[in-house]
Amino acid sequence: MKTKWETVIGLEVHAELSTATKIFCACVTRFGAPPNTQSCPVCSGMPGTLPVFNRVVAEYAMKLGLALKCNIADRCKFDRKNYTYPDLPKSYQVSQLYAPICTHGSLEVDAPGGTKSIGIHQIHMEEDAGKLIHDGGHTFMDFNRCGVPLLEIVSKPDMRSADEAVAYLEKLRETLLYLEICDCKMQEGSLRADVNLSIRPVGGPLGIRTETKNLNSFKAIARAIQFETARQIEILEAGGVVTQETRRWDDDQGESYSMRTKEDAQDYRYFPEPDLLPIHIDTAWLARIRETLPEMAHKKRARYIRDLTLSPADAAVLTGHIKISFFFETLAKKSGHPKEAANLIIGEITRLMNKTGILPENLDIDTDKLTTLITLVLGNKINRNAYKDATEAVFLHDADPETYIRERGLLMVSDNAAIEAAVDAVLATNPDAVASYRAGKEKIIGFLIGQVMKKFSGAGSPDLIKELLIQRINETQFIQHENGNG
Amino acid sequence: MGALELSAQIQAGKIGAVETVAKYIRIAKNSRLNTFLAIPEERVLARAKEVQDKIDAGITLSPLAGVPVAVKDNISTEGTETTCASRMLEGYVPVFNATVIDKLEQAGMVVIGKVNMDEFAMGGSSETGYFGAVRNPWDATRVAGGSSGGSAAAVAAMEAPMALGSDTGGSIRQPCAFCGVTGIKPTYGSVSRYGLIAYASSMDQIGVIGTDINDCAALLEIISGPDTRDSTCVTDAPFAFGKENAAKIKIGLPRNYFNDSIDPEIIRAIFMAVKVFEDAGAVVEEFQMPLVDYIVPAYYALSSAEASSNLARFDGLKYGHRATEAKSLSDVYTLSRSQGFGMEVKRRIILGSFVLSSGYYDAYYRKALEIRGMIKEAYNQLFARYDVILAPVAPTTAYKLGENITDPMKMYMADVYTASVNLAGLPAVALPCGFDAQGLPIGMQLIGDAFSEPLLVAAARKYQACTDYHTRKPGVPNL
Amino acid sequence: MQIDNDLVTYLETLSNLTFTGEEREIVKGDLGNILNAMTHMGQIETQRVQELSHPVGHVNVFREDEPGLPFDRERILQNAPRRNSEMFIAPGTVGS
Repeated sequence: MKTKWETVIGLEVHAELSTATKIFCACVTRFGAPPNTQSCPVCSGMPGTLPVFNRVVAEYAMKLGLALKCNIADRCKFDRKNYTYPDLPKSYQVSQLYAPICTHGSLEVDAPGGTKSIGIHQIHMEEDAGKLIHDGGHTFMDFNRCGVPLLEIVSKPDMRSADEAVAYLEKLRETLLYLEICDCKMQEGSLRADVNLSIRPVGGPLGIRTETKNLNSFKAIARAIQFETARQIEILEAGGVVTQETRRWDDDQGESYSMRTKEDAQDYRYFPEPDLLPIHIDTAWLARIRETLPEMAHKKRARYIRDLTLSPADAAVLTGHIKISFFFETLAKKSGHPKEAANLIIGEITRLMNKTGILPENLDIDTDKLTTLITLVLGNKINRNAYKDATEAVFLHDADPETYIRERGLLMVSDNAAIEAAVDAVLATNPDAVASYRAGKEKIIGFLIGQVMKKFSGAGSPDLIKELLIQRINETQFIQHENGNG
Repeated sequence: MGALELSAQIQAGKIGAVETVAKYIRIAKNSRLNTFLAIPEERVLARAKEVQDKIDAGITLSPLAGVPVAVKDNISTEGTETTCASRMLEGYVPVFNATVIDKLEQAGMVVIGKVNMDEFAMGGSSETGYFGAVRNPWDATRVAGGSSGGSAAAVAAMEAPMALGSDTGGSIRQPCAFCGVTGIKPTYGSVSRYGLIAYASSMDQIGVIGTDINDCAALLEIISGPDTRDSTCVTDAPFAFGKENAAKIKIGLPRNYFNDSIDPEIIRAIFMAVKVFEDAGAVVEEFQMPLVDYIVPAYYALSSAEASSNLARFDGLKYGHRATEAKSLSDVYTLSRSQGFGMEVKRRIILGSFVLSSGYYDAYYRKALEIRGMIKEAYNQLFARYDVILAPVAPTTAYKLGENITDPMKMYMADVYTASVNLAGLPAVALPCGFDAQGLPIGMQLIGDAFSEPLLVAAARKYQACTDYHTRKPGVPNL
Repeated sequence: MQIDNDLVTYLETLSNLTFTGEEREIVKGDLGNILNAMTHMGQIETQRVQELSHPVGHVNVFREDEPGLPFDRERILQNAPRRNSEMFIAPGTVGS
């Protein structure tokens, strides 16, 4: 009988923290600056320099640890991981091996087969390495990224498929974004993942694992997992043994290749970092950090569905990014109309964001102005078209909604006599359309509404006009009928 | 004339700061001892002029204003070559000052030059440097001690009134003993290490060397104090030493230090010092120093481990020596390092890599950390009983150049009296306490509990008030 | 402890050093002697002893997350043996 195989996956995720400065020096961490303009004697590893730890890095780690239900260490410290490479100016990376800040957590993910809990082995703090540019047989060294704070989040080998791994990563990304501790831009390297994978017969002992690196998108991760699963099963089915090794993913080729095997695995000679003192986290400090935790996405979703009677689909869109949910909550509260606020964001605002390429984290729109517009449209003071146009003006130019509406005469005409006169005039000059309507072509009413609207430069209430049009057509029908009988 | 007195005369307008500095530069440049590695003469004179201008303007600087100071070449000086006496850093010019240098300058002192040492402060004789050995002012065929040999020899030979050194396992105290000058190895964390090119970070400490304890104390006041750039510099404030004497202190004397592995003349000198203290009112009690056989192994396991990591950054890419013939990256690494480092440094890097490597960490490195914990605890108990421990600095006086350089074990074992102080992070003062039959200086050390420098300074002051060993000078031209 | 060539070669790799034949013999001898002296540490009972990696007992020395003044790039690159106006230059690491 053919063996049934099971894939066992663990992920090591590196998240660059969005602190203002580096982990051990006061250099800024802005992405994309000219080479070596965000480095100093400390992060470029000059002799005699010393690290001083950025308090906020510990606090971000504590936030993530709390969100992932970890045990937060009451004391932790740094170790040096020794290896030499041009992107590591001190030839050691300050990291945490012997006493990491967070251990033993879990993350509930929405896996294909339902909710699944993925274990978190540990989270530790460390410094990022620099950037190397390879060109013409030379390697150019840029230390701007050296010392950017990282959290390494090591999962337990609890995932069984590419889908589960991606679901875990999506949930982890959502968590990091909600905590506002990482911008999670994989294309800029601020979120990176390595895959540890092994194959075993279902229920059997763990197999020999490989580690795959250089995965720059969720798609690449899924493909690499599928590739590695197939590769290892093929080896095992041919009676072979998987080599413990580190592999590098080539996304263009859609395959990975061996970087180094266990035999030449590096001996990192970890030891306690003597230039830094331990960190003690007392209950008061932890409590202060706990108070800063936001309501997480899954809780928000449940609340939107339960309390605001939004649909699950709408709730999911509105909680997709914490900035959007904050924006929604503010607008819902100010306008007093959560449904209308939700519709505006999911519809027009999303359209405008897509059109302009503005990302949720950069969204800056005056919710007072939008509240004004919601009040106007729901009070039948402006029509939907005017609402849409005014929203765009607020979004793009921060226009004042009232001025915008007044200048364009978009305030709906509420003088019934004027509307009735206009309706009569349109009916009188369009007998063919009236006849068509009477003959059952009811859609022609739209044309008639448009004709009336023209007379008010678009500021009429289409509902009211429609109502009056139908009323008058029916009245004249009745009169004609009377005449016919007389 | 001591440094305090020199500054007083400069500040009183009796001597000029520029002429003082010029005189020391002249002497230093004519040194036969290979003490100075760099004397940036123009800058130094310009700096002395600045100080003189401030003094003339009536600005109060410090009790050592105008005093020239020699700085060990592992302390970074912006714009002046800082080599650690290594080919690896030949031509390296720091782009920032060590914190202590900034402090010296704020105090109106003038750094006159960089002084020789053992390469990367690894050694006890100042013979391991790339630029040649430092010679002992009392006998130029002998070593000056190390690793701060240039600092101690410069002060002893009056090439500089004061010097900064660094002490990781005895590197201030032992050359002070060999050269007959006074030095303080301060409590770990009382002086910033920022800008000190690291050998063993958990033990390195910058300290001071001078002709007597008052000069040393004044300089330590200037360089000590907190620093936001060094997390391990945990002191709240600079030292402020009073003028009091410490008469009725309780001194512990480690009986088992005085055995057949130490020169009997040193034992004799130390017991004479005991008598001096007793006569001054101190109570001296003998005790058995525990763990003595474990001090040197633990010290070398830990210091070499840290050194192997600290020196890994010298890779030929960012600063320092790069092998010109290297083509590949791995050649740049191995050739630059193999050419740039001397034998003693390589030995310790290899040893450090070994004790940290997979499979050996627990038996060597972790074990050494545990022994370090025991040593610290032993000192805690001793300082519950004694104010000060009086001990020898080295088992011998200055030996002949080349005599021990090929026997690293013998060199390492000579650190037995000094290294435990660094393992425990304690302060110690080295004082001249006699001369052997060949006329070579003998030193002793007073070890105190962490941050007990005021007591150590007071005890040393008491001793020097009763003796004149520190006033004797080697046979070189007097100022 | 006997130090063989394989161990010295391994330590050379870890340390990015290479010894000449003569140096290698010196290192083997010295390392053997030093490690013999260190092996001595194994004799002491340390079961209930706290490791001391640092003499300072303080904890929680932090800096605030506040940017400092930028450092002039020219000064960062100033001591580099090979560089251009923006970066350090190393021999190629790709394909080697």
